[in-house]
Amino acid sequence: MRAAIVVTVLAALALAFVSVSGNCHARWEGVDETVVKKFATAAGRPPRAPYINTDQGDILLFVFLLAGIAGGFAGGYFFRELFPRKGRSEKVKELRVRQ
Amino acid sequence: MTAVRRGAIASISCAAALLLLPGQAHAMHISEGILPAGWAAFWFLVAAPFLVLGMRELRIRSDREPRFKALVGLVGAAVFVLSCMPIPVPTAGSCSHPCGTGLAAILIGPGITVVVASTALLLQAMFLAHGGLTTLGANLVSMGVVGAYLGSGVFLVARKVRIPWLLAAFLAGLVSDWGTYATTSFELSAALARDGSMGSMFLVILAAFAPTQVPLGIFEGFLAAGAYRLIRTRRPELMDLPQEEGAA
Repeated sequence: MRAAIVVTVLAALALAFVSVSGNCHARWEGVDETVVKKFATAAGRPPRAPYINTDQGDILLFVFLLAGIAGGFAGGYFFRELFPRKGRSEKVKELRVRQ
Repeated sequence: MTAVRRGAIASISCAAALLLLPGQAHAMHISEGILPAGWAAFWFLVAAPFLVLGMRELRIRSDREPRFKALVGLVGAAVFVLSCMPIPVPTAGSCSHPCGTGLAAILIGPGITVVVASTALLLQAMFLAHGGLTTLGANLVSMGVVGAYLGSGVFLVARKVRIPWLLAAFLAGLVSDWGTYATTSFELSAALARDGSMGSMFLVILAAFAPTQVPLGIFEGFLAAGAYRLIRTRRPELMDLPQEEGAA
């Protein structure tokens, strides 16, 4: 079973690689550009600039920095509550006893 | 764990996911300014009751089992990341993203998935220029409401007819993804079509999404099945948390 999964994943990756290298003229735009924006513009309602535009200079990096500090601190501080050690959870023990 | 700490985990987990996104996202979210004011308001009204019900359910289940909020925080972070993670689709030469709401719905229930989807969409609209504040209601209906309830419904029906849970999770992810994009097509065609051409415009937009979204929906199905299997085998205690009817 595991071997079958590995082979399938490798085959999918190989297929993707071949398709990507063969599709060298693709622009890899998102469907928000290729579909949503295209139809909206054709209907006379093109998207407008966001009300809060963080994509100016280094503002976006600053946002990532703040989120990283907050998320990293919280993730580290509460790590054991989010990911208890294997077998430590009483609930896990109960379930294993039941099984 | 105190209520403050639980709240901190739930909210900051979502913020942490911002780290993984150093660039513009490419997605199905309807951008700022595309929907006329009337349609934008209409979709806010459609989403509002689902959001209220989800928040009520979250409060009830968290009171019953304090650990539940930590799980919701983690699932929220996953939805945030998945719903703005651009994935190149070689067959179409473009990028799109999974939604994660099908998986979330079978883990924490569709009602609470609407709440986590609203948080994810709000953060994306505010800080990543992904979606928009005026189109938040429409995006929440397509990704949060339809994605979650469709995914959860498919999972429940599949289990009722004794389809193995791995395949049921796959179907939930697949149908939830396709349902989300079908709803986005409907929202766009309803707002933008002129002179009664809504039906044909809906089909045209749906067909435009298809080359990217058909393979990506299948990918999301595998993603949902894999994640569900991982949690079911490694953290079975999470599956044992108190559930409202309709959740896994």
